[in-house]
Amino acid sequence: MKRALPILLLAPLCLSASAQERRSGFENMARDTQAMQTDDTANPGMLWVLEGQSLWHQPAGPAAQSCASCHQNTEVSMRGVAARYPAWDEASAAPIDLAGRIAQCRETRQGAPPLARESQGLLSLSAYVGNQSRGLPIAPPADPRMDAAREQGRALYTARRGQLDLSCAQCHDDNAGRRLAGSTIPQAHPTGYPLYRLEWQTLGSLQRRLRGCMTGVRAEPFAYGASEYVAIEAFLASRAQGMALETPAVRP
Amino acid sequence: MLLLLASPPAWAQDDAISTPLTASPGDATRGRALVADRQRGLCLLCHPGPFPEERFQGNLAPDLAGAGSRWNEGQLRLRLVDSKRLNPDSIMPSYYRTEGLNRVGPAFRGRTVLSAQEIEDVLAYLLTLREEAPR
Ligand code: HEC
Ligand code: HEC
Ligand code: HEC
Repeated sequence: MKRALPILLLAPLCLSASAQERRSGFENMARDTQAMQTDDTANPGMLWVLEGQSLWHQPAGPAAQSCASCHQNTEVSMRGVAARYPAWDEASAAPIDLAGRIAQCRETRQGAPPLARESQGLLSLSAYVGNQSRGLPIAPPADPRMDAAREQGRALYTARRGQLDLSCAQCHDDNAGRRLAGSTIPQAHPTGYPLYRLEWQTLGSLQRRLRGCMTGVRAEPFAYGASEYVAIEAFLASRAQGMALETPAVRP
Repeated sequence: MLLLLASPPAWAQDDAISTPLTASPGDATRGRALVADRQRGLCLLCHPGPFPEERFQGNLAPDLAGAGSRWNEGQLRLRLVDSKRLNPDSIMPSYYRTEGLNRVGPAFRGRTVLSAQEIEDVLAYLLTLREEAPR
């Protein structure tokens, strides 16, 4: 009789995100915030897309090449690229996310000074490249070399952490749709990044969002660019496979 | 203290901590302020409660109204100290535990969420919540 109780307590947890219909964080937003995202003239993220477009065409490095010199016709060459990241990187023999790939290409192929994570330049280029995939379904590569990272990401997602001792899954799977103080807990789909967050009053990456969720439970976040973040990004992408990209999204 | 250190053989066998954590009794007024404080007590992030002045209360957990009639003092103390002893899957933070945690931020390492006195204060406040929330 007493033994049965823990099982009863577990029962509500079974209604996890897998059982729920998948919803982008967009669906939880107030009408006016949704309108801000869908109207390009009102979406603040479009400023970064425009900035990214101008960087894309700017010559840099010893050969004075721009991104466009090698990647002609962006609408074609970059279409669908953001939808399949993180992907396997031959050079480092490790998974790499889109911002990492852009920074790598700029440094090694263009020979231009490196762009730091969360720098205006890297966010703008990521927003511009990401925007070329807006509306396309998230399509993680079938590459089996990515499997270990996706598994690591899943483990990080389900591990409790921080002084408050909470896992990502406890909020985003078990309690998605409920309210944590004033915020509706989303299902944590990485559909909109980089995105404009009203609370940040600026554009930020998925890694910045993950960092916020980690410090929120009083855990020590990983350093920007850490393999742990790329692993979580890869896991979230596999979980959101087929959902439409929204870059640049807006969130509260 | 012994009670805290002994690992309970089964969740059902000790469902209470009957000895206060401090010699000085809890203060319900301080306790109420702690419960409402989103940086310290954190309770309203998850729980609704009888705080008409507080907007944005969570709904991940039972209403705190009536907690003082549903549970006795010792039961409430255990829930605050380490609710995972009752339900290992609970999302409620263990307010008076530093062991067995993972990647705690440097500013919080080795520190409990609330101090012993704060636990007793919150407890004193919870015991005043005799009335169930209106349905
Ligand atoms: C000197 C030529 C050159 C320059 C300049 C250059 N790239 Fe690249 N880029 C490449 C090559 C080659 C690849 C690898 C193509 C492949 O793997 O199919 C690549 C790959 C990429 C990819 C990954 C594409 C994919 O399909 O996975 C992205 C994103 C990218 N570059 C962005 C940029 C950006 C942004 C800039 C400017 C900051 C830039 N590149 C500058 C040559 C260049
Ligand atoms: C205590 C609950 C909680 C925990 C634990 C938590 N999050 Fe969050 N997360 C939130 C809330 C609430 C939001 C939305 C914030 C807002 O809208 O202002 C959010 C937002 C997000 C988003 C943005 C979704 C979107 O639509 O853009 C992602 C992705 C995310 N979290 C991933 C994670 C990951 C990965 C972890 C674990 C490392 C984690 N979260 C841990 C509560 C949590
Ligand atoms: C992260 C969410 C969270 C926070 C923060 C939290 N709780 Fe809880 N609490 C819960 C959940 C969920 C339960 C339901 C039982 C369980 O799952 O352990 C609960 C149960 C309780 C109960 C017993 C519920 C009943 O039936 O009356 C009391 C009392 C309680 N909490 C008080 C508090 C107080 C006081 C605080 C702040 C010092 C607090 N909680 C902070 C999530 C939380």
